[in-house]
Amino acid sequence: MRDGAAFSDPARERIMFARRLLVTAVITVLLTALLIARYFDLQISRYEDFATQSNNNRVLVRPVAPSRGLIYDRHSKLIADNRPSYNLTIVPERSADLDKLLADLGEVISISERDIERFRKRLKQRRPFEKTNLRFNLSEEERAALAVNGHRLVGAETSARLKRFYPDGELFSHVVGYVGRINERESQTIEAVKYRGTDSIGKIGLEKFYEQNLLGEVGSEQVETNALGRVTRVLDKTGAKSGDNLTLYLDSQLQKVGHEAFKDKRGALVAIEIETGGILSMISAPSYDPNLFVSGISQKNYDSLLYSLDRPLFDRAVRGQYPPGSTIKPLFGLIALQHNIVTPSYKIKDNGYFYFKGIERPWRDHNFARGGHGDGVDMAKAIIESCNIYFYGLGVKTGIDLLSDYGMQFGLGSRTGIDLPSESSGIMPSRAWKKGSRGQSWFNGDTINTSIGQGFMLATPLQLAVMSARIASRGEVLTPKLVKAINGEEQPLLKAESDINISEKHWDYMHQAMQDVVHSSRGTARSISNGLTYKIAGKTGTAQAISIDAEDKYDSSKIAERQWDHALFIAFAPADDPKIAIGLIVENGEHGGSAAAPIARAVIDAYMQSNSPTTLVKR
Amino acid sequence: MYRNDFVRQLNSPGGDRRPSRIMHIDIPLLLILMALCSIGLAVLYSASAESIFYVKRQATFMLIGLFAMIGIAQFQPRLWERWSIFIYVCGLLSLVAVLFFGVGAKGAQRWLDLGVTRFQPSELMKIAVPMTLASYLGKRHLPPRFKHVSIAVIATLIPVLLVARQPDLGTSLIIFSSGFFALFLAGLGKRYLLSTVLLAMAAVPTMWFYVMYDYQKQRVLTLLSPEQDKLGAGWNIMQSTTAIGSGGLSGKGWTQGTQSQLNFLPESHTDFIIAVLAEEFGLIGVLGMLALYLLLIGRCMIIALNAQSMFGRIMAGTISLTFFVYIFVNMGMVSGILPVVGAPLPFISYGGTAIVTLFLGFGILMAISTEPKRI
Repeated sequence: MRDGAAFSDPARERIMFARRLLVTAVITVLLTALLIARYFDLQISRYEDFATQSNNNRVLVRPVAPSRGLIYDRHSKLIADNRPSYNLTIVPERSADLDKLLADLGEVISISERDIERFRKRLKQRRPFEKTNLRFNLSEEERAALAVNGHRLVGAETSARLKRFYPDGELFSHVVGYVGRINERESQTIEAVKYRGTDSIGKIGLEKFYEQNLLGEVGSEQVETNALGRVTRVLDKTGAKSGDNLTLYLDSQLQKVGHEAFKDKRGALVAIEIETGGILSMISAPSYDPNLFVSGISQKNYDSLLYSLDRPLFDRAVRGQYPPGSTIKPLFGLIALQHNIVTPSYKIKDNGYFYFKGIERPWRDHNFARGGHGDGVDMAKAIIESCNIYFYGLGVKTGIDLLSDYGMQFGLGSRTGIDLPSESSGIMPSRAWKKGSRGQSWFNGDTINTSIGQGFMLATPLQLAVMSARIASRGEVLTPKLVKAINGEEQPLLKAESDINISEKHWDYMHQAMQDVVHSSRGTARSISNGLTYKIAGKTGTAQAISIDAEDKYDSSKIAERQWDHALFIAFAPADDPKIAIGLIVENGEHGGSAAAPIARAVIDAYMQSNSPTTLVKR
Repeated sequence: MYRNDFVRQLNSPGGDRRPSRIMHIDIPLLLILMALCSIGLAVLYSASAESIFYVKRQATFMLIGLFAMIGIAQFQPRLWERWSIFIYVCGLLSLVAVLFFGVGAKGAQRWLDLGVTRFQPSELMKIAVPMTLASYLGKRHLPPRFKHVSIAVIATLIPVLLVARQPDLGTSLIIFSSGFFALFLAGLGKRYLLSTVLLAMAAVPTMWFYVMYDYQKQRVLTLLSPEQDKLGAGWNIMQSTTAIGSGGLSGKGWTQGTQSQLNFLPESHTDFIIAVLAEEFGLIGVLGMLALYLLLIGRCMIIALNAQSMFGRIMAGTISLTFFVYIFVNMGMVSGILPVVGAPLPFISYGGTAIVTLFLGFGILMAISTEPKRI
């Protein structure tokens, strides 16, 4: 049954509809008249203007590429520069016969099949009358040859453009990253208008993270061209705006000292300025020359980097994840003190084994002589001599919940938020984490492994440095940062509202213990104390690269070098008024005290000597 | 229950026995459509730099569309009236699915990947919304009462907002206007019309600040001063107006347009194809094509007037008016009096899905036009 059909009046509805339709028909005709008026205006009234514009050769709008922002270290030393480079470009519209032009060019300078293949690909993506690159980085001789033969190479020209150059080569490659040509995948995600006239984009590191700042704004020029397409007159020009200049917290000198200290070792070091959270030095060894990537790396070079056993392309400082080992002990000690789980006077007897009720297999101290650290091991001694047995018991008493809660506050188990892309988060294990990632409940055995920084636990060298800085600053929570200023304008510090809650006396106690790691006669890092004019506080660590049975003692002579233990070290200095904090790892370096600590000392020494104020570079 | 209609018609002594009636084909409509398609293919050949590939593909879609149109025309309008709500709900569900599983490019999610083929639900809604509204309002006592107006408005706004979220502002405006036309033709009261105008005026600032994306705002700003954006959309408009203007009265001749042939004109085979036509065939060409479009719309309006049911009238009227919106928006945008939204020129611009959707709409019109008289 139709709704209201009984009362509806079909005839009246039809008339109403017809009237409505008439109204729309009239409006349609009116709007069509408006369109006709517009086309009449363009095609008849203003025909002359447009015909001239279209016939008298063309008025072109060409992009003017901005120059990329520069990057400076804290002392205004340039670490990413732009240098002129000459490319061979072609405007196919200007050449009568493109194939002949390419053949002619091949007689003047060397042009490979691959160059031509890539050129044809680029041709498809360009705008009409836009210069398209054929060869990059022309040499002095090539430019001369092209100039001499210019008359028979109509349509080809050399054009100068600025190219990224990294004066220090491999020194900053992992931090600063590099720019490279925009690839097909990127060209689909970028805003095409912004990149008109620019053919490179930040690929990794700061170059990628600050791409929007560094890029600058493209300008344009309106030019008139003659029949051959040569520019005869510039009608109008909107200048390009160069990208923002970045000033980093990094100190080239420290970077250099650290880099040299690694020699041919593999590993990473991060040094943080405690007051600001600024990164003073960030090294991942071995490194590579970023300049190779700027105008396209050869397959051979790329393969040799990619397949090298040392993995030079891998940024160990923010992406490498290692068990923190004993470097975690000061943190866990602080938690136990704060929560009254042990007092400083609490002592244990260490005979080299730790038994846990219900578990037959004991936990041992792999890196210490059989028999253990003996009687009267208190927390200070356990830190100074790095006694595992003490921390096994302390860990179980504290419980994983407190350990993991504080661990997170000290920067472990989540990204630190540094201004770099693709940072790893590490793992600070907890009940929830294990349930989520393994689907299993937490066992006491897991806590025991965690209490010496082994087991599931993983941290990046950056996280170790952040933890060290937070211990040194007595619980101040600052987000680490590389960029100090953009165009001379200082960037705000990212500081948490409240500090980590630990009593002063516990900080005092732990700082003293860490100082004794370096300065007391039984400290595990005593070897670096020779000739120190100031005090360093630190903690060594050793992390297993492979697992070892409880019954076996670790013996490096029995295993391949790449399976040797990793050596770790965290430190801050000066111990009584900390300014710099360090976290570092030497892969397969075996002992924190002998392999890692000397590198830290070299960097801290350089810092203590140079400590000059920073300068900010404006535009 | 309508399965026997075809047979019944053949046998009915008083029925129209012309072959076109039996085949449910409206001859004037078919002729105009074929003329438009031929012009479309000719212009496309020139606009695509004389590419047979594009022309072949486009012709294939036109043939598919033609057959789909004739197929659709075989179903009685009453069937569409009855099933419209089902099609509408399906369309709505797939629009929601697009929000979650949609695929697309450059930040817009418009497609559902069905494995074999891709499907764009917003295209379906261009027909489903007017059909549902025509079906719903056609059954009511007209002009519609407040309750019916409210339901129709809600049924229109839900897909409009979903499509705007994708984001596809052009299509969402088309759906919105089709809903409005259906209500208008159903006799929407003057007070409602006035408040719609006021609401639209109030909506402009809201859209600007809360709904529109930066790139969409940029296009409106570009319209006001194309010189500000020489490397982006402004460039397109400067080039297209030059192409149109330099065509003059009679044009430069087929495939002779310098602006389009030398690749100055962007998107010359899709949204900006009218510029190629205007450059090569001049104002005469533009007027000729507009005349064909007006003939088509006029024929559709006559079909609407003569339709047997209120559903048929509203549906046919809405389709013809929406068709005009396409033409007006596209020709206005290319000639620089409207902002650049992605809107193809019907039957001329290259693009398969859009063509098939258009033919489907005209298929329903043919069904309405050839519906046997009710006694």
